[in-house]
Amino acid sequence: MSETAELASFREETRTWLEANCPTQMRQPVRDDDDVYWGGRNATFKNDAQQAWFEVCRDKGYTVPAWPKAYGGAGLNAAEAKILRQEMSRLGARPPLSSFGIWMLGPALLQFGTEGQKKRFLTEIARGEIRWCQGYSEPGSGSDLVSMQTFGEDQGDHWVVNGQKIWTSYADKCDWIFCLVRTDKQNKYQGITFMLFDMANQGVSTKPIKLISGESPFCETFFDDVSVPKSYGEDCPGHVGEINRGWDVAKYLLGHEREMISGMGGGERTAAIGPAMSRHAEKSGGPIDPILRGELALFDVDALAFTAMAEKFMDEMKAGKGHPAQPNMMKYVGTELNKRRHELMMSVGGSRSLEWDSDETSGGKPSRSWLRTKANSIEGGTSEVMLNVISKRILDLPGG
Amino acid sequence: MPLYHDDDQAMLAETASQFMADEGAITKQLRHYRDRDCPDGFGHALWSKFGEMGFAGMLVAEEDGGLGMGHVEAGIVLEEIGRNLTPSPFLASSVMAATALGAAGDSAKQRYLPGLISGESVFAVAVDEGAKHRPERIATQAERSGNGFKLSGKKSFVIQAVAADMIVVAARTSGADTDEDGITLFAVPKDAANMDQEPVRLVDSSIASHVTFTGVELDGDAVIGEVDGGRAVLNKMLMAGRVGAAAEGVGVARGAMDMTVDYLKQRKQFGKLIGEFQALQHRAAHLYSEVEIARAAVIKAQQLLDAGSEKADLMISVAKAKVAKTAGLAVQEGVQMHGGIGMTDEYDIGLYMKRDRALQEFMGDAYYHANRVAELSGY
Repeated sequence: MSETAELASFREETRTWLEANCPTQMRQPVRDDDDVYWGGRNATFKNDAQQAWFEVCRDKGYTVPAWPKAYGGAGLNAAEAKILRQEMSRLGARPPLSSFGIWMLGPALLQFGTEGQKKRFLTEIARGEIRWCQGYSEPGSGSDLVSMQTFGEDQGDHWVVNGQKIWTSYADKCDWIFCLVRTDKQNKYQGITFMLFDMANQGVSTKPIKLISGESPFCETFFDDVSVPKSYGEDCPGHVGEINRGWDVAKYLLGHEREMISGMGGGERTAAIGPAMSRHAEKSGGPIDPILRGELALFDVDALAFTAMAEKFMDEMKAGKGHPAQPNMMKYVGTELNKRRHELMMSVGGSRSLEWDSDETSGGKPSRSWLRTKANSIEGGTSEVMLNVISKRILDLPGG
Repeated sequence: MPLYHDDDQAMLAETASQFMADEGAITKQLRHYRDRDCPDGFGHALWSKFGEMGFAGMLVAEEDGGLGMGHVEAGIVLEEIGRNLTPSPFLASSVMAATALGAAGDSAKQRYLPGLISGESVFAVAVDEGAKHRPERIATQAERSGNGFKLSGKKSFVIQAVAADMIVVAARTSGADTDEDGITLFAVPKDAANMDQEPVRLVDSSIASHVTFTGVELDGDAVIGEVDGGRAVLNKMLMAGRVGAAAEGVGVARGAMDMTVDYLKQRKQFGKLIGEFQALQHRAAHLYSEVEIARAAVIKAQQLLDAGSEKADLMISVAKAKVAKTAGLAVQEGVQMHGGIGMTDEYDIGLYMKRDRALQEFMGDAYYHANRVAELSGY
């Protein structure tokens, strides 16, 4: 299908702009976490290229291209945003800025925020000034999130928050938190408020959790008599949506998160691995076992079929077709596939892939990544919860 | 092109769904002809209706009198055939033979296409020579003889050959058994002398033949495409057959799944609907996911094939392998979740299991196509 003249000229402009502005170093695949720029008060750049790429994108609104210009975006429509994505991926350009503000809080504010909130918080996110973390899960509330108990006591112009969150991504490095706080103990679903506050507030402390991968991307976060203002100025309340109706926002965001996770189907997570793996095997340990080759081939069948599903899913979403609970299916299959992928990569790698901190493995990358994937089917809703949702909402099976 | 049916295709799907549910239903077709031990394994009256509906000639080019539709459209009909287990010559005749005849000369087209389009003629395709699909190796020989050829060899798993007015036969006109080149396709009429058939009933009640050619004399008009250059037409026909079998397989999977999910909502044990048990819910939900993905793979493959993309071949093998695995899962879960009655001939779920088994084998099973995915990907 040919593009309209308008879109074709946008593509041309975008291509020229990217060629001129994206440093060659920023056209390499992301290898480590410090290749990712997260922004925030304490952010440092790994190198000049990272800084230059971020700044030029920030000034053009390309950190959040589809957000309105008034909030730091570039105001691109869906077709233009798609073209920008395609042109960036053609070049292999890294995202200039990554953050939970862009992925999670931003969409919630665009949907539920006041004008004042959007002006302030979205702009800060777009410009990479504030790095946000998400306070959802609690030690006693994982899959059963709504049982959470962190409590905010109403003190007139502010809340006093006490409790504990867990699995808070990068809480020790973040500036602000969007946090589910119980504000009515009588009402399970309609007693939660979606609050926004500064992690520098007195009484907030974080403690990194060491994972089986040896890494600590998550924290425990403690709130000890934390004072949270009800307002940050005119038209800028300290909570998103209505008081006691934070569950609506949280549910929207969970759906959005699953969509996001499941929308990654076209990327590295699901691509066929057989070609690279068999080359790797030939180089390091001799020809690949025929049975393992067979497993790789069957994996590639599933991976390539899932890639088609991801494309279909995105097409249907854009057209408003498809079942609203479909993201749960995508999340389930995508994460299970990724775990299988890393199991196979470990098998192909053999004893080399067991090395925990050798230079040859860049510090145990194969084994650490393999272990990390085990969380894929736990975080953001477990596979079992996804299957529950599919059976109830899509297949309409009876009970509970 | 978005990966879902456009408005015209959605309308065709509605028509095909209605038609197959009414006319192609299990009691009216599959059970009816099976229980009467019908020698052809399908009903010619229904086949004429395929002609009236425009289905039979849907893939035939418009300048040849057909509808000039694509594999997405043919797949829509095949999915409904799969859901209803409707026995018909559609896949072999309207999809595979029609694809081959598209490359034929005018005389063959004039001789065969009108009967196909009207649903009067039935065509079969003869590719396999052993119990497994191995089209890379073709040993059936056609030697030059006068102005024509003499065909000798043996073909297996020739579906509906017994009812066929013409069989498309892939034969070797030069080179060794495993050579890429040297293949020629022939249109062999049913009354050809020195052609013997041994029809056998398969597990799904369809009829397939072992066909033996012992010096069958064919004139030059019987050649479809180029002499010695038939591999390209054969591959086209195989791609059409594979993606078509995959589409029918998705229909089988959906039919079995829908029937099973319905049953979970009716059957009570321990005072509860069995669909309330999480052990079954999760398996049903997993099956749903697999069927959705298989379906997406098939639509992607159909679109690539219709667009003439180089990537079609790989995606067709992905789709065929994925569907074989998925439909296999659907029918096995179907019988298991139906419990004892799933083992009875009275219930239809077992018919899905039988059809799936035959369809998995037709045009290459999951292992053949997974291996092909590896080879096409360079490992």
